[in-house]
Amino acid sequence: MKFALAGNPNCGKTTLFNSLTGATAHVGNWPGVTVDKREGQYRKLEEKVDIVDLPGIYSLSPYTPEEIISRNYILDEKPDCVINVVDATNLERNLYLTTQLLEIKVPVVVCLNMMDLVKTSGRQIKSDELEKVLGVKVVEISALKSEGLENLMRISYEEAKKEREAKSVLVDFPFYKVVEQVEEELETKMVNNPLFHAIKLLENDQVEVESHPEVVKGVAQLKEKYEDKEFDGDFEAIVADARYRYITKNFASSIVKAENEKVITKSDKIDKVLTHRIWSIPIFLVIIFLVFHIVFSEDLFFLNAIFGLEINNEAVINFFTGMGASFDEVTNELIPLAGLPSPGVFLQSWMGFLTGGLKDLFNGFMPEGTWYTGFVVDGLLTGLDSIFSFLPQILLLFLFISILEDSGYMARVAFIMDRAFRKFGLSGKSFIPLFMGFGCSVPAMIAARTLENEKERDMTIRLTPFFSCGAKAPIWAMLAVAVSGAVWGDIFVFFMYLLGIVVAIVASIIMKIFSKNYEVPPFIMELPAYHAPQFRNLMAHLWEKFKHFIYKASTIITASIVLIWFLSSYGWAFWEGMVEIEDSMLADVGRIFAYFFYPLGWSQGADGWKFSVASVTGLIAKEDVVTTMAQLGLCDEAGETILFNMTNSKIFAFATYNLFTFPCFAAIATAKSESSKKAFPVTLLFWFFGSYVISLIVYLVGLLFEVHLLLGLLVLAIIGCSIVLTGYLVSKRNQKKILA
Amino acid sequence: MTKYLNEFAVGEVGKIVKVEAEGKIKRRLFDMGVTPGAEVRLVKFAPLGDPIEVNLRGYELSLRKDEASKVIVEVK
Repeated sequence: MKFALAGNPNCGKTTLFNSLTGATAHVGNWPGVTVDKREGQYRKLEEKVDIVDLPGIYSLSPYTPEEIISRNYILDEKPDCVINVVDATNLERNLYLTTQLLEIKVPVVVCLNMMDLVKTSGRQIKSDELEKVLGVKVVEISALKSEGLENLMRISYEEAKKEREAKSVLVDFPFYKVVEQVEEELETKMVNNPLFHAIKLLENDQVEVESHPEVVKGVAQLKEKYEDKEFDGDFEAIVADARYRYITKNFASSIVKAENEKVITKSDKIDKVLTHRIWSIPIFLVIIFLVFHIVFSEDLFFLNAIFGLEINNEAVINFFTGMGASFDEVTNELIPLAGLPSPGVFLQSWMGFLTGGLKDLFNGFMPEGTWYTGFVVDGLLTGLDSIFSFLPQILLLFLFISILEDSGYMARVAFIMDRAFRKFGLSGKSFIPLFMGFGCSVPAMIAARTLENEKERDMTIRLTPFFSCGAKAPIWAMLAVAVSGAVWGDIFVFFMYLLGIVVAIVASIIMKIFSKNYEVPPFIMELPAYHAPQFRNLMAHLWEKFKHFIYKASTIITASIVLIWFLSSYGWAFWEGMVEIEDSMLADVGRIFAYFFYPLGWSQGADGWKFSVASVTGLIAKEDVVTTMAQLGLCDEAGETILFNMTNSKIFAFATYNLFTFPCFAAIATAKSESSKKAFPVTLLFWFFGSYVISLIVYLVGLLFEVHLLLGLLVLAIIGCSIVLTGYLVSKRNQKKILA
Repeated sequence: MTKYLNEFAVGEVGKIVKVEAEGKIKRRLFDMGVTPGAEVRLVKFAPLGDPIEVNLRGYELSLRKDEASKVIVEVK
């Protein structure tokens, strides 16, 4: 048997799905987290039930991809039962979708979720009355507390065995006779679900009009004959109005409000601060800075920066020496820098210590100089070591992103930022997928589906890789050590993230200017109530990320490590045995690439080809950039000790190139499947040339900085001013065009 | 007295009379419960003055002044 979960965004559908299936899919607190349907199994009934979690939707109209997914699934795949999850704290709007689901011939069970919240608020919902009016079973549950789930499944199972005829709540409205006429017409044409299609046809639903061209004319005539003063024959308005009118009229009695209902809830109070007219934007910036500081800073409380304090906590040292590290190792490697490291950096050095130990262990008992020792120690272990030491930081960054998502703050950020985003040709809604890009580009690009406007979707996908993902974080962390003045490593990391954002903004403005018949995408969005993030959901998300990481590490990254090891250990005549790295196949390939990258600075010099190779292997997975560098001897596995010498301008140029160039193959494939056909080739060209040009500019400006600080600043100021000025002139010209 | 939703002040309450939007925006507004007869209250403006947040049908909805300027409301 197959049950589908359908409901509004934020109704707790995904939490219910997780509780039923034990799956660990992610739950977020903003519209549209389930961007594709997901499947799991419920095993507590006599027979196994497949549960399908559909994307959250407000209506069955076909204007966003997720609405189409849900609608097609229910109509075409014919689940045995549709469980309509309803947020009981917000019945009115949630039941609007219910009224549409009832018009499809399929068993429906309405499940009132969040009943625990309703009860604590002092309200009462008479679900038996609701049941009578709707004509389907209504079950009270709390997905979060796992209350009432077995009852829900038992009832759904019974309902699934029965047939249910399609029925509309619109029956008593005067226009229903028109619906019936269209329905009859469709019935004679043997159309399935004639009632549903009839109503959608009357609403002039684009998908319906295209799929039933033979009846369109007749429908238009019927509509014309129907006289209506209130809406002037606009059936879209008539139907939507009737649904809501029906809901208000019939369900007002089933909700009993508490006597002294709180006017201002806790959520409102939090919201007052977080969306404050003056403070909201500074608060947002501080939150983002804190996240990166806690994950990447080597000087958590700025003790060293301010007081020049060196902290060598005895307890910490004793802890590590107790675990078998020597005193020198502890002070040199585990607590390498002055000041107190952030949890992210602390965990990273700890992880590096563990994986480094493993490598030493193998190195100790394997015979020296054989190919298999080289394969295991210099190939596999060196590579895996370098990515695993960054695992804590990636997970920590993900943890913070999920806290921001789950709490409902993200939707507010979209609200706060919309005005600014509109200037760039985007809407505040695109903030959500772009911000998810900090975690991983793949889900971020998929999340762009929630944007209704095709152009905005394409643009958002194109810009997503600029928001550097978790896999790029190790590159910045490693280069931060290489930049002279390493104490300010987190500033370098922050700069890389900031640069990505700035370039994304400039690029979107340019694209907006050059795109023909451009229109501002709409912004009509629910602001969900704040929820404290649920520990279980956060852990589920981290676990999913962890699994994904392990999967990636054990497959594509290991494979590329082995390939790099082979190419870097053997010459073209590989049957003759191992050679020095300088004479390897990889070196020759790298030297060719190095010519291409020559103007960017970082591929110059004897080690230049290694950087070229690292940039190219980054296509496989971005973690591979550091892994390759470690394998080629540019840094140690933990990325903490740098074994190359490069000027800051070249380091910045190298970092910028890797930030803006093609994302990994997985992200490129996602971009292809998620963006429109004509936009994808442009996106590829944009990534290819954009990264080259920006890296070149960064290198040249960096060179000027190295000549003299003031010269650099001057040129930077000139570039900044000319960008602003051009933007101003162009926008003025466009305004004139609009006026004319 | 009727006026457009974008002309509301913070805290003002009214009843929607008509939605003049077209196409997708109209559909979206309808689906989100912005239909004639619904009661709306303007909760706040975003820090940069736009979009606005309104309370209707028991939840918080955010929309731009542009979109709000298509909604005619009878002031209470």
